[in-house]
Amino acid sequence: MIKHATLALSLVALLAAGCSSGVKLDDVPVEDKTGSTSTTGSGANSGNTSQSGVAGVDLGQSARDAAGPVGVSRIVYFDYDSYVIKPEFQSLIEAHARFIKAGGNRKLMVEGHTDERGGREYNLALGQKRAEAVRRALALLGVSDAQVEAVSFGKEKPAAQGGTEEVHAKNRRAELSYR
Amino acid sequence: MTIEHHSHQILAAAKPLHHRRNVLAALAATSVAPVMAQFRVEVTGVGLTQLPIAIAPFRGDAQAPQKIAAIVQADLERSGQFRSIDASGAALDESSRPDVAMWRQKSADSLATGSITRMADGRYDVRFRLWDVVRGQDLGGQSFVVTQGDLRLVAHRIADFIYEKLTGERGVFSTRITYVTKTGSRYSLWVADADGENAQSALSSPEPIISPAWSPSGGQIAYVSFESRKPVVYVHDVATGRRRLIANFRGSNSAPAWAPDGRTLAVTLSRDGGSQLYTIDANGGEPRRLMQSSGIDTEPVFSSDGRTIYFVSDRGGAPQIYRVPVGGGSAERVTFSGNYNISPSISPDGKWLAFISRVGGAFKLHVMDLASGAVNAITDTTADENPSFAPNSRLLVYATQQQGREALMTTTLDGKIKARLAGQAGDIREPDWGSFQKQ
Repeated sequence: MIKHATLALSLVALLAAGCSSGVKLDDVPVEDKTGSTSTTGSGANSGNTSQSGVAGVDLGQSARDAAGPVGVSRIVYFDYDSYVIKPEFQSLIEAHARFIKAGGNRKLMVEGHTDERGGREYNLALGQKRAEAVRRALALLGVSDAQVEAVSFGKEKPAAQGGTEEVHAKNRRAELSYR
Repeated sequence: MTIEHHSHQILAAAKPLHHRRNVLAALAATSVAPVMAQFRVEVTGVGLTQLPIAIAPFRGDAQAPQKIAAIVQADLERSGQFRSIDASGAALDESSRPDVAMWRQKSADSLATGSITRMADGRYDVRFRLWDVVRGQDLGGQSFVVTQGDLRLVAHRIADFIYEKLTGERGVFSTRITYVTKTGSRYSLWVADADGENAQSALSSPEPIISPAWSPSGGQIAYVSFESRKPVVYVHDVATGRRRLIANFRGSNSAPAWAPDGRTLAVTLSRDGGSQLYTIDANGGEPRRLMQSSGIDTEPVFSSDGRTIYFVSDRGGAPQIYRVPVGGGSAERVTFSGNYNISPSISPDGKWLAFISRVGGAFKLHVMDLASGAVNAITDTTADENPSFAPNSRLLVYATQQQGREALMTTTLDGKIKARLAGQAGDIREPDWGSFQKQ
């Protein structure tokens, strides 16, 4: 019951996000298979007659997560240059596997992250390896691949800021988020 | 090498004061819509063979919203091919007959003169003339009638004319760059003039934006947006703001690169497990897998003849740059020194490969002569990222960090002339240099 209320709330948040981005009536919404509505806009510089005119597009707020298993962490940390799930995270993985299997059609996004060193695209690929390692671990516990999507944020969303090894270790992670 | 560099910096330090004051004055006088990311040109090195040129203040510059002469001068200096001769106080315009002996005495080889006049309808009439003062020859001129919003573009066109007349090659000053800023928790994609000025926001988002890439014709930008909380590839029409989804498959979608004909994009997708390369129609549709590998394949980029795709792969155990025929086939390794070589960019003339190499924990911009395989590191910074060639293959723009802040730099391919395009608002990254514009 509570979960349904949370879901309804986040749907409202999604719709509100869609409305807040200043869409003009003659604009065509961009098709987006993930459920959130992205929009085009052409208001910002419509009076600009210069040859280098740029029409600005302003996107609204980010969507929010649905709830996961109560009292269970949703972050798996990795060693440097590693994509192996360490033994201490096995119970976390198992708790999420139970939660997904118990909930009918729950959808889990596994988001891989890296520390700040190196290129953005290469780090995106490294984060993808971490996310896929978690997805495989869940699959071994009987979670359907259809319910889990492995994606990467690379180094774009660090959990902590700074250049120390302690900070890097906090950023090398996979986050489990329910949608 | 390092010592040479420092002495160049000292030489340069005395010179650009006058020029910088002009640039700042131009900024102060700008009355167009507020611009979030202002830039300042700081030339940090001096090359050996530079053409000495005097740009006289344009008649009417003092009352004009843009200081045409100062913009032209900054453009030419940033190219690395020109050295400015002081022309302050000269009272000349495009119809003046200059005293060539006097300019020769100031050791100028050439002189540009001009004027800017506000017309009754509010537009501006800009005229200029270029002189060879060694031969006492009129090298031609141009005139433009434009709105205030196009005055900087006109100044860049004048710089292009001068550059082409005097070097025999096409200038890139009227081209555009795109880049991304992060200000607080807000990400913006910008379109700016090649000098970083006149920045206009194309997209603003609460989620990251990376890897913008101009279409070959210059009207569209492909990029990766995380707005739906996963990486998805869009193509964005700059003039209208209309966007279309190109790749939104299960998993991550990233690293868009245009084929030279603009009809196809190469992208990195993880929909079949692992990061792998695909080509996809520029209007969307079903992707075609380029290769199968067991590890990471990413950062594709087309050669200018469209026949080869360069990319990064860790198939040998560490990230290296490879190339493969665009129709698929066997990949050939291109980089051999070091164990972390990423972010390839191929010069439009096909002669150079720019990339980032990790050297002792530092990430440094390198340039390879593709004919000989010779490689040079051309920066003294340690967090370089994402090089992109100017359309005339003479300059690179790249991202780096200076004093702990993100910055964009341009550099000549030998690393001798660098200019910082320093954003004031937030971090600045992911530059991509657009193609030549239609005249």
